[in-house]
Amino acid sequence: MLGRLSWAAIPLDQPLPLYAMGVVGIVILVVLGIVTVKGWWPYLWREWITSVDHKRIGVMYVILGLVMLLRGYSDAIMMRSQQAIAVGDAQGYLPPDHYDQIFSAHGTIMIFFVAMPLVIGLMNFVVPLQLGVRDVAFPTLNSVSFWLTASGALLVNVSLVIGSFSRASWWGYPPLSELTFSPDEGVDYYLWPLQISGIGTLLTGVNFVTTILKLRAPGMLYFRMPVFCWTALSANMLIVAAFPVLTATFAMLLLDRYLGMHFFTNEAGGNQMMYANLFWAWGHPEVYILVLPAFGVFSEVAATFSGKGLFSYRSMVLATLGICVLSFMVWLHHFFTMGAGADVNAVFGIMSSIIAVPTGAKVFNWLFTLFRGRIVFTTPILFLIGFMITFVLGGLTGVLLAVPPVDFVLHNSAFLVAHFHHVIIGGVVFGALAGINYWFPKAFGFTLDDRWGKASFWCWLIGFYLAFMPLYVLGLMGMTRRLQHIPDPSWQPLLLVAELGAIVVFLGILCQIAQLYVSIRTRESRRDLTGDPWNGRTLEWSTSSPPPAYNYAMLPRVETIDAFWQMKRNGVTAAEPAYETIEMPRNSPIGFVIAFFATTTGFSLIWHIWWIVIVGLLAILFIVLVFGWSENREHEITATEMARLERARLGLGRPA
Amino acid sequence: MMDGDARPYDRTPGVEHQEATANYLSYTVGLGLAVLLTIVSFVVAQTNLLWQPGIPVGLIVLAFAQIGVHLVFFLHIGTGPDHTNNVVALAFGVFIVFLVITGSVWIIANLNWNMMDMHP
Amino acid sequence: MTIATIGAARPELVRGRGGGGPASTRTVVAYGFWIFLLSDFILFSGLFAAYAVLSGNTAGGPTGADLFNVRNVFIETMCLLISSYTCGLGALSAERRQPGRFLIFAVLTLVLGAAFLVIESTEFAGMVSKGAGPSRSAFLSGFFTLVGTHGVHVTGGLLWLIYMAAQVVAKGLRPHVLRRLLCWSLFWHALDIVWVGVFTLVYLIGIQ
Repeated sequence: MLGRLSWAAIPLDQPLPLYAMGVVGIVILVVLGIVTVKGWWPYLWREWITSVDHKRIGVMYVILGLVMLLRGYSDAIMMRSQQAIAVGDAQGYLPPDHYDQIFSAHGTIMIFFVAMPLVIGLMNFVVPLQLGVRDVAFPTLNSVSFWLTASGALLVNVSLVIGSFSRASWWGYPPLSELTFSPDEGVDYYLWPLQISGIGTLLTGVNFVTTILKLRAPGMLYFRMPVFCWTALSANMLIVAAFPVLTATFAMLLLDRYLGMHFFTNEAGGNQMMYANLFWAWGHPEVYILVLPAFGVFSEVAATFSGKGLFSYRSMVLATLGICVLSFMVWLHHFFTMGAGADVNAVFGIMSSIIAVPTGAKVFNWLFTLFRGRIVFTTPILFLIGFMITFVLGGLTGVLLAVPPVDFVLHNSAFLVAHFHHVIIGGVVFGALAGINYWFPKAFGFTLDDRWGKASFWCWLIGFYLAFMPLYVLGLMGMTRRLQHIPDPSWQPLLLVAELGAIVVFLGILCQIAQLYVSIRTRESRRDLTGDPWNGRTLEWSTSSPPPAYNYAMLPRVETIDAFWQMKRNGVTAAEPAYETIEMPRNSPIGFVIAFFATTTGFSLIWHIWWIVIVGLLAILFIVLVFGWSENREHEITATEMARLERARLGLGRPA
Repeated sequence: MMDGDARPYDRTPGVEHQEATANYLSYTVGLGLAVLLTIVSFVVAQTNLLWQPGIPVGLIVLAFAQIGVHLVFFLHIGTGPDHTNNVVALAFGVFIVFLVITGSVWIIANLNWNMMDMHP
Repeated sequence: MTIATIGAARPELVRGRGGGGPASTRTVVAYGFWIFLLSDFILFSGLFAAYAVLSGNTAGGPTGADLFNVRNVFIETMCLLISSYTCGLGALSAERRQPGRFLIFAVLTLVLGAAFLVIESTEFAGMVSKGAGPSRSAFLSGFFTLVGTHGVHVTGGLLWLIYMAAQVVAKGLRPHVLRRLLCWSLFWHALDIVWVGVFTLVYLIGIQ
């Protein structure tokens, strides 16, 4: 009846995960209780859960990412603490079985459920506004994408309390991830949630490529789009190109595990190296999917807060497209040591060095943008400067690792761990935090408290260097990654410094929470009444904060790059436009409902409860058929209604 | 978003735009070419028409030709400025497919050779 | 200014340089589906790559030359190719608002596609009964997954076609029905393109 699920799946004998889930469970119940008591469910259902508005979906993605950051960070500090104390005779507090699950969950959650949602959330909120249009190409699909991602995040976290997670790292290499060596549900808790959220992400890619290429305000030629939209386009092209490879790879591993096939098994001709090859064919473009939008954020921030246009727009665009194409030609550098010959290693090593060039061009462009600008030192600009220093250093260690003989010494050492955290934190995390601080007023109508923002920046910056610089040294001293026990006591002082760094980062996270709390409490003093708190250059700043559901009553006519800056310089008058009747998409519950059944289906696949799987799949099919038959997916806002809404919003008194 | 008929300057893949006879002709010519190329493929594969070691290459060339026929005659992918988005997207897709397949084959062959793959 | 007047006054803004404002729903939907199809091609490329790499790993079991029936593959290929033709003619009928003719071509396409599936399932069943199922060797895992995934897509396409035919009967050839038909025919042609790859790389090269 319940497959291989039994009461034994709940880890009653393991206090740590039980306490953790107990705390989380209580928090969830309290939140749900408050929502119920205050009667917020109708509002939440109508305005958020069933919303197909890209702005709402973007905010929900960012919230998901930040909440998952807490989970991913808890894994991090547990690992740091274990490594700081489990030296020599001491065994630490995490047995190897747990430690392996923790590092697997940490990587999986941070990449798929923190970094991706943060980046996709920012793109969701900003891109249609910057393009001067009302929504993305497929709004309902957008909602489906978000809820499928949330479904994946939920399933991975359920593994804390029902069963256990994968011990095969965030890659899931066979043969360890095959049934012979991972017979229990762990690897399935990794594969199925990622397949589910992978579908969501792929649909996002399709959605945004179509939006950016086919839905722009009149006059917005390709070379008049903001750079953030170019980086979003490149990132989404990479999503469309790379995620199917991951889907196919995971599908093959699932076929091995569920139907006894032999793609990657030890026997009957399987080839494990093919898994690594295909995984990284996705994996390398993935990191560019993460970092390109961060580059876009920084381009916007650099221009806005130095009061100048971005230096060399064209070379920025070309560099972005160059990175996009090159990112698909370097993937073997993740497995130089797997046994390829010198010819193959040399080709990919050279390609990996080449890909640093367009990034270098971008760094110079940001520097020249700041040069002789009137720089306003806000939190986003601090993150930009921190990013430029940090990302360049991290990128340099990457170029070091791109040299195959060097990589033979440093592959899978702590040096590598330091490198990728260097570029991901310095690039993606800083970019996400800068973007959140930059666009928060547009989303919510008031700015975030800048002092707490700067405090969080300094904690993240200092904490990052304390946590990861020692790892470079440790890597050169011979320490490998994923160690549950430290064999060499001389490594301990550096590990203690790293632990201190992790604590400082935690302070940074606390500062972010404080920033949110303080900002909300004192929001009246930081209201954004003009819609343009930073004297911005791009179209999103021409709307009110927050924008109306339809973004623009009249789509703007674009004539230059930095269209809003041009409008401000030309002194565009506030004459009332001739309103037109427009169509806006209706809300839809299908995203949430499909994700609900995806969650039950995923859970049942993991636990082999086949009848629930069939019910879930049939339910999803039914919903798709119903949606496929429907017609009235849009509602009209007539010209009269539009006039009334706009006048109320702008505070214009008399009717026409 | 605006509804309405496709404008003349924005071709979408697969959509019919030309006159009736031209289009029926397009599909029929496409079918004829594709059938011909298919038959040639099967003949090449099973006879000595082509030099033996060159058969796989010949078959791949014929496959590309057949795919081209499909793209042009059935999907109406063209080369004018209105088709740019479609062609660029297709080119990108083809590029990725090429990289994934040939890259994997090259890498794994290299790995198998160097690792003395024991599998039969 | 409306889009039409921008296009008249500043043609360089619209032709090919993207300045014409948001595209029509039909264009947006078709292009989005085209991008999705390209992602599907890339999914197949992962499976093709795995097949190519594993095709020699027969683990002492049967090889392609032992198992493949080239005559059946030829019939399958012709079925699918002609079904692409009938699909195209159906699309033309739909564009010309001729639901009756569309339905005739839809039925033809359905029959040809079903014939393809019947031959393929018979082939699969035969192989399994000979002990050459997907769990016999890596080569067979690759074969069944690649060809089977294509077959699953064909099955989905036929079920979708039935659903579209039902919509045409129930609602007529209205704009949103036409948009969905357009997506369906893109899908069907794409499947034939993938099949060209399959019969060439798997069957014809496999018997060398």
